[in-house]
Amino acid sequence: MGNKQTTFTDEQLEAFQDCTFFTRKEILRLHGRYRELAPHLVPLDYTNNPDIKVPLALIVTMPELKENPFRDRIVETFSEDGHGNLSFNDFVDMFSALCETSPRELKTIYAFKIYDFNRDSFICKDDMKRTLNKLTKGELTPEEVTLVCDKSIEEADLDGDSKLSFSDFENMVSKAPDFLSNFHVRI
Amino acid sequence: MPPKRKNEIAISVEDVGMEVDVVSDSGSEDEARRRAKNRRVKPQRKAKRVSSDEEDEEDEAPRKRGRKKKAKPRDSDEDDEEDKRTKEESDEESEEDRGKTKKRGADEESLSEGEMAALKEQVEEKKKLIATLRNKPWRMKRRLVLLKEAQEFVETFEGALGKGKGRKLYAYKVMMAKKVIKFKRDFENFKTACIPWERKIKEVESHFGSSVASYFIFLRWMYGLNMVLFGLMFGLVVLPEILMGLPYGSIPRKTVPREEQDTAMDFSVLNDFGGYCKYSFLFYGYFNNERRIGLLQFRLPLSYLLVGVGIFGYSLMVVIRTMARNSNEGGDGAEEGEFTFSWKMFTSWDYLIGNPETADNKYASITTSFKESIVDEQENQKDENIHLRRFLRVLANFLITCSLGGSGYLIYFVVKRSQDFAKMEKENLSWLEKNEVEVVMSLLGLVCPPLFETIAELENYHPRIALKWQLGRIFALFLGNLYTFLFALFDEVNEKLETEKSIRNATIWALEQYYANYSSHFNTTDVPPPNVQPADVIRGPCWENAVGIGFVKLIVSDMQVTYLTILVGDFLRAVIVRFLNYCWCWDLEAGFPSYGEFDISGNVLGLIFNQGMIWMGAFYAPGLVGLNVLRLLSSMYYQCWAVMCCNVPHERVFKASRSNNFYMGLLLLVLFLSLLPVVYTIMTLSPSFDCGPFSGQEKMYDVVMETIEQDLPSFIANIFTYATNPGLIMPAVLLMVLALYYLNAVSKGYQQANIDLKRKMKMVSMSVLLHVPSFSNISRVQDQTNDCAVYSWTL
Repeated sequence: MGNKQTTFTDEQLEAFQDCTFFTRKEILRLHGRYRELAPHLVPLDYTNNPDIKVPLALIVTMPELKENPFRDRIVETFSEDGHGNLSFNDFVDMFSALCETSPRELKTIYAFKIYDFNRDSFICKDDMKRTLNKLTKGELTPEEVTLVCDKSIEEADLDGDSKLSFSDFENMVSKAPDFLSNFHVRI
Repeated sequence: MPPKRKNEIAISVEDVGMEVDVVSDSGSEDEARRRAKNRRVKPQRKAKRVSSDEEDEEDEAPRKRGRKKKAKPRDSDEDDEEDKRTKEESDEESEEDRGKTKKRGADEESLSEGEMAALKEQVEEKKKLIATLRNKPWRMKRRLVLLKEAQEFVETFEGALGKGKGRKLYAYKVMMAKKVIKFKRDFENFKTACIPWERKIKEVESHFGSSVASYFIFLRWMYGLNMVLFGLMFGLVVLPEILMGLPYGSIPRKTVPREEQDTAMDFSVLNDFGGYCKYSFLFYGYFNNERRIGLLQFRLPLSYLLVGVGIFGYSLMVVIRTMARNSNEGGDGAEEGEFTFSWKMFTSWDYLIGNPETADNKYASITTSFKESIVDEQENQKDENIHLRRFLRVLANFLITCSLGGSGYLIYFVVKRSQDFAKMEKENLSWLEKNEVEVVMSLLGLVCPPLFETIAELENYHPRIALKWQLGRIFALFLGNLYTFLFALFDEVNEKLETEKSIRNATIWALEQYYANYSSHFNTTDVPPPNVQPADVIRGPCWENAVGIGFVKLIVSDMQVTYLTILVGDFLRAVIVRFLNYCWCWDLEAGFPSYGEFDISGNVLGLIFNQGMIWMGAFYAPGLVGLNVLRLLSSMYYQCWAVMCCNVPHERVFKASRSNNFYMGLLLLVLFLSLLPVVYTIMTLSPSFDCGPFSGQEKMYDVVMETIEQDLPSFIANIFTYATNPGLIMPAVLLMVLALYYLNAVSKGYQQANIDLKRKMKMVSMSVLLHVPSFSNISRVQDQTNDCAVYSWTL
């Protein structure tokens, strides 16, 4: 409002405010955080939209993501090339989709994409196994893992193809009491 | 049928998936190019093209992928066609409207009504797109491109729409709309910048997860609410009295009585809120009953009454608004155990955690939770002895009811005793005897909840259900205590009213004596008012002040006990465990007593009940709201420090409800319960004759009647007389009851329809699995389900 900043033009900031759930101050702060990750790579001046991507290895060192078992998947989901290299647009997009004011439907879509490890638009048994192993850090025996995956598919799969399509996932998650409060990253 | 449906589903996901990103990015550029060209075409064509683009954005993916080859030539064909048509049209029209100076869209001049309407619709659609852009699951780049293009479209064509009649008005409306949007955005930015303690809450979240942080978020919300109440009370009641009213010492109610003056500054007296505290703006008794004061002719008594009631109104509005906002957060009705494993897998990790120890803790708890569910799954439930369990539960409830009754009686007894103490000399009483009531109430609030928890071990419920019972019992405890306290206070008030009558009679008699003496001595009827110092005037007991002081003392002692508990129960315990561990026989950290866990539900209930007490006491002690703001502020910092320093994250977390609405519901209930005593006293009890803004009136609400009669035009008084006629109120109440009944029936109908549809969806999906998809079978499905809506859905 009154602060002079040269990182973005006013049009860029307005456009970001229209496209995300962030306010102007938060977007500038996000840019600061983005730059912190790789100060020699990311320029201070973004007025001409430089095409810079910060690699996955640096992004997952952020304190908000560091302890998350799904951090690699989250960053990969929001990256354009699918390998986790985020441009600033993708970076802002990621935190906007995961923020508190983001609606349930949007979060469900991205949750589905995150848990879909092999990106075939279905959560198959293999995806579930990998999810479970990340969640329990390999503490469960293979029989237990198989049992849990079978039970999950039995519970949530409505069309009987022994994998979860998006509508199965959405139906299951929409009734979950903890989803919205847990699937939330504060930046 | 299944393949087609899968395709549709797959499409909607793939549209947001990764491979299609490449296509849709270039696709979006295709669309953008096409649209840029479209602008030169007549609006009709564009109406079809653009609206179909809007609607079929999801289906474009398969079209594009399936017919990618065709798309390109189709585009170029159409582009060629468009170019040709554009040229022809513009030739024609430039001849027609050569005089026009507008550079683009010479063809827009000849817009007919239909075209205008279509164009308007498109503009509205674009505006809607801009408003909902952030909710779409697209890549940021695509959103930015679409945003820019939608904005350009709206800008160019909004001007065009303004042609003809009402153009100036339309342009003005458009400009105002833009200004409003900009203002709203700046205001949102400002509001977000004002939200305090974001960093603190984030730190707590990353260490303890979302459930503990929800307490602090609730505390912050309460702080906001109390700030507004403070602003109202202070700005409309206290400030006018201080600035425009009479100063301290000028009239009896504002002066410390002669007999109390030498002790008025003592710390012990001030601690009891006597002395100078009692005769200050903090309490009801200070305010003068002059109808209008100061330069602005501010009607203080009226303002006092309205603000007192308005506080409840505002709080009610805010609580209901927050409940409505939270209501679509919780999941909607799944049966217990329907999705146990799926939820554990997909929704159990708390994304807010940022601290390694907490993360380890969470991994361990998730693993334990899975193992437990697996064990439950594999074993059959052991046959429990139902009778034993039932007996134990009845016994537990009986014990708890007994202790609730006991605590209620104890409070009543103690308040009665404190009334006796009040009659004795102050010097003979020990500190304990003077503050007995508050100490007892706070101790009860401290001791009973763990007692209830221990008794509840007998019941052997699932932890979530046990938590609900515990919360219910603590609620009953607090409620019982508060209302017992109120009833005891009420007895005191009645006593004071009796005393007041006698003092008032005495004062009137003394005044008459004075007049009689004066007129007989000097033989005139023109008697000047008695020349008595304000400090020497006989005072009535002023029951409102007593009530106000009672509440303030209660809240202060409650605050002190809470802080002390945290200091001893959490901090001292943590220090002992940490440092004594080096020289103790067993591991203090792992076994007893270990570090404390943050008691979320206890703290939230404490907060809710404190707010209830504030609501009750604010009418009699305007300074109470300010005190509460300070208390919440210090609470925030103190508890944040305490939780980070002395607590460990929970092992298992069970939320009491699906959304925060459980606690909001409790707050609403407490709001109503605290409204009752205040409204009762306003309506039935007569105010003291010599203190407060309503002194001299029969009933407190008489100020309103007076204002209506004297200050407002006469027809308003007539309106009020008609409105309070029972003949009008009865039909209104009847109408409201009928409306309630109707809405209830409608909502039940919707719920039933919802359940039916869900059931049918499940049935159809299962029966579709079993049947080979063919039309004959689909008609069989139709017969089976006998529902046309479902039939059309499956097709």
